[in-house]
Amino acid sequence: MRPEPESRPHLAPGCRLNEKTQQPRVLLMPERALQLNGPSLEIVERCDGRHTVWQIITELQKLYSKARPEKVEEDILGYLALLQKERALDFE
Amino acid sequence: MMTVSTTNPLALIAELTHRCPLHCVYCSNPIELTARARELSRETWTRVLREAGELGVLQVDFTGGEPLARPDLAELIRAARSSGLYASLITSGVPLDEKRLEELVSAGLDHLQLSFQGALEASANEFAGAPAHAQKLCVAQWVKRHRIALTLNFVIHRQNLDQLEEMLALTEEISPSRVEFAHVQYYGWAFTNRERLLPTRRQLDRSLELLKQAEEKWRGKIRVEYVVPDYYAKYPKACMGGWGRKVMLITPEGDALPCHAAKILPGMTFENVATVPLRHIWEQSTAFRKFRGEEWMPEPCRSCDRRDKDFGGCRCQAFLITGNAGATDPVCSLSADRVAVDEVLGGVNAKHAAKTSLKPEWVYRG
Repeated sequence: MRPEPESRPHLAPGCRLNEKTQQPRVLLMPERALQLNGPSLEIVERCDGRHTVWQIITELQKLYSKARPEKVEEDILGYLALLQKERALDFE
Repeated sequence: MMTVSTTNPLALIAELTHRCPLHCVYCSNPIELTARARELSRETWTRVLREAGELGVLQVDFTGGEPLARPDLAELIRAARSSGLYASLITSGVPLDEKRLEELVSAGLDHLQLSFQGALEASANEFAGAPAHAQKLCVAQWVKRHRIALTLNFVIHRQNLDQLEEMLALTEEISPSRVEFAHVQYYGWAFTNRERLLPTRRQLDRSLELLKQAEEKWRGKIRVEYVVPDYYAKYPKACMGGWGRKVMLITPEGDALPCHAAKILPGMTFENVATVPLRHIWEQSTAFRKFRGEEWMPEPCRSCDRRDKDFGGCRCQAFLITGNAGATDPVCSLSADRVAVDEVLGGVNAKHAAKTSLKPEWVYRG
């Protein structure tokens, strides 16, 4: 499933990040926890129902300006699709 | 003795009580149950939850018996959230009304896992030993009105596996976040009843076909998980993610165990959270160190390539079947005791090759 550029991903019911003060940062969901490193944390933090997929891509391309933009886009689309498959994300 | 370094536990299983309005034929509670008077207080649980958060635990499962039987459940959920824990409620849904569910959600509940004993009301109620099915259907609808995760947990065994298609239809109708089809695990009462509970190979194969189809159909909509009885597997399960590796379980009276069944193991002493800090129990206690790492492993585990995948399987199962908690889990095809498992399967498949219409005589927990 390829996320639509104008869709707005948001965390599914019962899926949330742990507290900002907690390390490591993890995405929590039923009977599972996903550890988030730099880029994956940046992506998940933007899954707030307001950012479009396209906005997430362009913001991360700026943040990771040394990386190839096409790679950033592919990685983000792949990661969002994975989170959706795990039922951590819904797309409005 | 070499110290085995260990990472923090990820999950706390909080058995709040052994009280329960149901009498499931496969109940995994120990045959001797904790009396209400010996249950931990709210204050003690609150402290334990705080210690768990400090230890790096990420999630707590409130379970039992039936955790709804605790009137202070909302306060415990609140305490879990204040301690930085993700809060799950593992419940039969009995007794519950919408108002109480709202209180639990307001207290910070993240996830509710609702058990089902079948999809057809009459037989589901027979397996539960109580007329609970209709109530569970209501609870599922109420949960969906809130922004928490909902898991349907169908407990399956030979006697209800023929309802699998109905269970899948019910799942599609309810549309939870997640569904688990969990074959009964053969501990406690279920070990006593296992010859009535084990599926035939034919049933198992057919059920796996249907489950794989459902998984494909619901990809991106419903997360599907299933636990297959390891008697039919070639290698053992990584029980609890390994002894003392990922999970700590606390019984209603406060004993800290590496797993649900560990009290059946002879010669073990378990520390109690009322008097000992959680960190000490996790890192230092004899019980938690007993089967941690590889020092304890017999051959073939000790030199097996899989030892860091399945950790030698389940100690309690090894004890139940071989009498030796330190033995290779006998479900492993490399175990010298595998024949004991094969004998049980042989009996089940020979006797029940055709579907039986006889009502079984169940041994119920009290």
